[in-house]
Amino acid sequence: MTGFLEHLVSGLASGGIYGLLALAIVLVRRTTGVINFAQGEMATLAAFGCWTLVDHGWAFWPAFGATIALSFAGGAALQVVVLRPVERGPLAGILVLTVGLMLSLNGLMAWIWGGAPKRFDGPFSASLVTVGGAAFSKRDIGVVVASLAVAALVGLLLTRTKLGLGLRAASASPAEARLAGVRVGAMRAAGWGLAAALGAVAGVLAAPSLGLEPNMLQTALLYALAAAVLGGLDSPAGALVGGLLLGVLLDLVGSYVHWVGGELRPATALAVLLAVLLVRPAGPLGVRRA
Amino acid sequence: MRQKLAWLALAAIVLAALPLPLSEPHTVELATVGAYFIAILGVDLLGRHAGEVSLGHGGFMAVGAYTTATLTADHGVRDLWTIPAAAAVAGGVGLLAGLPGLRVSGLSFALASFGIAVAAPTTLRRFDHLTGGSRGIALFGKSTQTGHGLGVLGLTNGQWLYALTWTVGVACFLVLWAILASSFGRSLHAVRDSELAAAAAGVNRPAVKLAAFGISAALAGIAGSLLAIDVAYVSPHTFPIQLSLYLLVGSVAGLYGSIWGAVLGALLVQYLSRLVGLVPHVDTSRAGPTTFFFGATLVALMLALPLVLRSADAIARRGHARPH
Amino acid sequence: MPLLELRDVEAGYGGIRALDGVSLSVEEGDFVAILGANGAGKSTMLRAICGMVRTRGDVLLDGTKIFHRTPEGMARKGVTHVPEGRGTFTTLTVLDNLRVGSWVQRGTSTRDLARVFELFPSLYERRNVRAAMLSGGEQQMLALGRALMARPRLLLVDEPSLGLAPLVLREIFAVLRRMNESGTAIVVVEQTAQLALAAARHAFVLERGRVVLGGDAAGLRLDEPVRRTYLGY
Repeated sequence: MTGFLEHLVSGLASGGIYGLLALAIVLVRRTTGVINFAQGEMATLAAFGCWTLVDHGWAFWPAFGATIALSFAGGAALQVVVLRPVERGPLAGILVLTVGLMLSLNGLMAWIWGGAPKRFDGPFSASLVTVGGAAFSKRDIGVVVASLAVAALVGLLLTRTKLGLGLRAASASPAEARLAGVRVGAMRAAGWGLAAALGAVAGVLAAPSLGLEPNMLQTALLYALAAAVLGGLDSPAGALVGGLLLGVLLDLVGSYVHWVGGELRPATALAVLLAVLLVRPAGPLGVRRA
Repeated sequence: MRQKLAWLALAAIVLAALPLPLSEPHTVELATVGAYFIAILGVDLLGRHAGEVSLGHGGFMAVGAYTTATLTADHGVRDLWTIPAAAAVAGGVGLLAGLPGLRVSGLSFALASFGIAVAAPTTLRRFDHLTGGSRGIALFGKSTQTGHGLGVLGLTNGQWLYALTWTVGVACFLVLWAILASSFGRSLHAVRDSELAAAAAGVNRPAVKLAAFGISAALAGIAGSLLAIDVAYVSPHTFPIQLSLYLLVGSVAGLYGSIWGAVLGALLVQYLSRLVGLVPHVDTSRAGPTTFFFGATLVALMLALPLVLRSADAIARRGHARPH
Repeated sequence: MPLLELRDVEAGYGGIRALDGVSLSVEEGDFVAILGANGAGKSTMLRAICGMVRTRGDVLLDGTKIFHRTPEGMARKGVTHVPEGRGTFTTLTVLDNLRVGSWVQRGTSTRDLARVFELFPSLYERRNVRAAMLSGGEQQMLALGRALMARPRLLLVDEPSLGLAPLVLREIFAVLRRMNESGTAIVVVEQTAQLALAAARHAFVLERGRVVLGGDAAGLRLDEPVRRTYLGY
């Protein structure tokens, strides 16, 4: 039982990161219609940025704050400069463009910082906490709490603020939103900015345990995509819950089913992805549309 | 038509004569270009003719390569005879990845193929009793290797591999050409352009799409098989996710060059790192700069594509203008 | 000085000229009906005012020519357009839909919300329901309610009667009349000439992209050709 609880917590920790990335993917998908394959690399880049600031003497929290702000600006700028020119084209073309971004960022990070993993301690210590015989990593607990908190914040932003209303209106019906006076272009940029900021949180949370290197979130992107698909690609809540569930599933299956082991986790996620797309494409956790 | 045949004949002569002045290593390199050429044909089939994006052709290549490698090294099958097997297995995986696309139109194949490309290396490592794990499988020196690495029929090893790969490449190209010109090709284009209209015209959309995914993956399987034969070694590291994406870049670059596009794309995949090395202060011994330039090229190509298409369209229209 | 003025406006799609030189004016607080057969250019005229289609000619608001018109820009200037098909934000609740309606205002005033719910009690009942689940009539009411929230000076309504039952139609036009009484100028495009002419003060008849008749709504109702063509008697 204690083993199960330990795996539950560590699974939720990885799942929180997948969920935040999935949330970012769904946000971009809803506001601009495209699946952003560069979401993972953008998050890794943000983590590198935070690391660089800390390396230059900044304390963690100011560095983190600056990283979030810069990520928001960078994401919005990316939408305006690179995405807007091809906005009206076929979705496949825009998808390929994001793949190009993924490659460019991956290469850029390797070029600037090299391929060797960098040590990034993050805000949570790696020590263990024992509760009734089960040992939990403080870092894992911190990641779970942080992921849920950030996701809740984003949820509040989307449902209770004017910006959130504008984002939702612009993604539901851009034409109608314009008629109401909403600057749809600004909303699209803000959507990308928000997603980039979310990714930055995910990257910074992931770096201490995964090791900061250019390919850090490549596999996680697959997990995030699977989680987003679990949410039907358009439900933010579904994506987050999907991420948490997937994290736990992969951790449990990887530990308890010896046949699977750690190496078949990507294959397991792929199986989940294919199964959802085949059986319930709207996503078992997705929003049921009228 | 006669002009086209003349160009093709010229190209065939150039192709045949190309390796003669070159050294062994360069010839083997050009042979691997041939393998990438076949893989890019597969990506093209989906991108240009089926309206789908494949992010995982490196994964399908891995399937074909490992099929050839295990059959040749461990099961005593002559390397040449494994090529059809590689095509079949890879094609099967492609069909599997294409199944979701039947229910959900849109980019599910992009997601599924991406998953395959990401999962392939670790999955190959896991089944190490079959695949040799991280150590990989060496074909060199095996009795089943045609020519035993020493060449065949008076050709050097490199020349033999070049001839083999490009002959298969040209054959694949011709077969693909024939398929696309047939009624299947027309059905595929109809589904690409408008699924509703195609359905109304009685096209069996699921069958056509599945066939396209299967053929495309089979081509990648052949490419992987040939790559394994050329390099005489496979390992999980041979097929990282970057390879799938480089192939995509190669295919998109080829969009700018009609039928020679795939050749251009294959050359790009093989030699871009060399080109990047010419830029001062860039150290290509590390993977970063090459990957960056592949990505930047793709971004630039995709941004420029609408402009290129629009101007091509404008030129075509001007050519068809009738005097009033 | 009229609130809205169109001077020789031409507009089209592709090769088709939908508006072929339309000139008319709408005074502050007026209620204008635009009549005409299908394809006469009525909807295009509203789209032209909001910059949703390429135009030649001038559109003036408060006597000033507005060249680069966009729907967002016109909304901020107090011109609200309710297009045909009663577009709602289907994934948002009725309440959220109304909140979007007040986007150009500083915030969502509870007084405005109360006014909308008073006019459309069934919307209040379904305020937390997603717009996609509303009936056609309720969606039209929602679209109008959203327009109300914007407190527009000029309201452009395109074919509100499409696919609605006569009872609902009467409610809609009653609401339009009440909005007009509080000072909003209304331009309603309608194929159902009867209701429109009964509610409006002035009317214009469009035929093949041009204004062929214009004047008092009451007078037009009695006009022979209009009666025969648009009123059916």
